[in-house]
Amino acid sequence: MADLTRREHDESEALLHEALAGGHLPRWSALGVAAASVAVAFLLNLTTGVDGVAGTAVVAMLVFLVGQTAWSFVVEGRRHAIDRLATTFVYATFVIAVVPLIAVLGTVVVKGAEVISVEFLTTSMRYATPTSEGGGIYHALIGTLEQVGIAALFGVPLGILTAIYLVEYAPSMRTRRLAHSISFFVDVMTGVPSVVVGLFVYTAFVLTLGLERSGIAASIALTILMLPVVVRSTEEMLRIVPRELREASYALGIPKWRTILKIVLPTAMSGIITGAMLAIARVAGETAPLLLTTFISQSINTNPFKGPQAALPTFIWDQFTNGTDVSVNRAWGAALVLIVLVMVLYATAKLISRFTGVKSS
Amino acid sequence: MAKRIDVTDLDVFYGSFKAVEGVTFSVEPRSVTALIGPSGCGKSTVLRTLNRMHEVIPGAYAEGTVLLDGEDIYGADIDPVNVRRTIGMVFQRPNPFPTMSIKENVLAGLKLDGKKRPKSELEGIVEKSLRGANLWEEVKDRLDRPGAGLSGGQQQRLCIARAIAVEPQVLLMDEPCSALDPISTLAIEDLIEELKERFTIVIVTHNMQQAARVSETTAFFNLAGVGKPGKLVEIASTEMMFSNPTQQATEDYISGRFG
Ligand SMILES: Nc1ncnc2c1ncn2[C@@H]1O[C@H](COP(=O)(O)OP(=O)(O)OP(=O)(O)O)[C@@H](O)[C@H]1O
Ligand SMILES: [Mg+2]
Repeated sequence: MADLTRREHDESEALLHEALAGGHLPRWSALGVAAASVAVAFLLNLTTGVDGVAGTAVVAMLVFLVGQTAWSFVVEGRRHAIDRLATTFVYATFVIAVVPLIAVLGTVVVKGAEVISVEFLTTSMRYATPTSEGGGIYHALIGTLEQVGIAALFGVPLGILTAIYLVEYAPSMRTRRLAHSISFFVDVMTGVPSVVVGLFVYTAFVLTLGLERSGIAASIALTILMLPVVVRSTEEMLRIVPRELREASYALGIPKWRTILKIVLPTAMSGIITGAMLAIARVAGETAPLLLTTFISQSINTNPFKGPQAALPTFIWDQFTNGTDVSVNRAWGAALVLIVLVMVLYATAKLISRFTGVKSS
Repeated sequence: MAKRIDVTDLDVFYGSFKAVEGVTFSVEPRSVTALIGPSGCGKSTVLRTLNRMHEVIPGAYAEGTVLLDGEDIYGADIDPVNVRRTIGMVFQRPNPFPTMSIKENVLAGLKLDGKKRPKSELEGIVEKSLRGANLWEEVKDRLDRPGAGLSGGQQQRLCIARAIAVEPQVLLMDEPCSALDPISTLAIEDLIEELKERFTIVIVTHNMQQAARVSETTAFFNLAGVGKPGKLVEIASTEMMFSNPTQQATEDYISGRFG
């Protein structure tokens, strides 16, 4: 009698364990299925119409999806099968998204590194031709730094102030209409193609107001392109600063403008800086508006207020359209410098925001 | 220097919604007054109108008078910023400034009022305020660490230290213990006991025992119905309120038969 109950007890314990543990695929299942899928795809490649690297890869992928899901469904049940399917999709999308990024970066680094030298960084194209060796990007580097620098000087403060108005002042004033229309225009501006902005600056400033085609005209176009991005990102950052912090500050008798300056902005600072840097990085690569506002130049012009100025993106475009090997190589070199420039900007932003933002314990 | 407050016929609106109606009461200097009542009856709203904090909410406004030692804080030439320096506030959830260290948090109100003060004076204020908030011993070795790195109870005491550092004359507290454990709650109640020597204190609480423990005077607010404005039902000495309230609603609420 006692034996029987013990056996029953053991059995029910085993059942319980099974219920809790469930079936499992072996640890190597993913790799195993992957290997098998590749093998199957390879076989199909040899025997049937499946052809080429891409086609074989797609077939392998499909076989993997079907195989793993089916196996998991049989052994582990529905929930695990779906889980594995979803996991596979997530990983696959990740790879699909990252591969082109790495490919672009890799190509630019490999091709660009061959060209870059001290001479490349310190000479202009004044005495170089599309076919001659030598020449460099010095003039374009100066142009980009000046144009983007000036644009940032205007665009970042303007954008941040606009966002402060929208978030901090508009709701408590009788200007909600105005705020709504500003918001609307910011949205519209985000979607305006950069070439249109270039055209606008060309017609409004160059043709109508008589501004010379120059670095400053380019800066104006870049400022306009940058503004909506800065406004939006700053706005988002300001909105996530908790209301409680503002109230705590007001309750200490700190005036509103000081609350914004000393409490709200510092709290949101790291995000604001990141947003601003992204905006700057975005416009640093603009080509079309530069062609319309400052055009192309082969020689050094340090004065942004006078005459055409080169810039890295227009340099790349110009060299590429030359079509000769030397020129195309120069374009790759300039592309690498542009990417490094943007990365330096970004790293600086991260560094600054680490020292200004919220203190982590 | 603690001050008295006289509220007369106070109505408070959020836009077109009347949240509180016809509130009249007085707060004696150097005393603790507890505001109790069911959720949504307007305790926080009334508390905020005592230092014009409701004005930071778009659309909110108050009618009636609030006198601080006879001076109308809603007078035409009164600056709400100065009102809030005189009447400090501590909130339900601890809210230290995340970009600042413990020390900077304590000094925030002084550093950001635009007046320059000698460093030695500031150091003194940090210690005095933290001692005043019973936090000094716990944090004196890490004054430069972030304020947000403290425990919830410590953060709340930091907020109290921050509020008393600007030397207000009245301290308003909106459920200062509701996010805290019993030990921290006791620490804050002890603190209130000490603070009332120097400040006039008005505290909102949902905890009857707390009201009974810390306050001399208790005000009971209630709602006439859903969507109707909250009203002050009765205000009396805490002893009277808890032993022998004159209103049936007060008795029901205190004995837990409602709300
Ligand atoms: N910012 C606001 N905007 C609009 N209405 C509000 C706002 N704050 C409070 N109210 C309304 O005013 C009334 C009183 O709210 P209040 O916060 O003063 O209540 P309370 O007594 O503090 O409640 P609790 O005990 O839950 O904190 C409620 O009906 C509430 O919905
Ligand atoms: Mg409340």
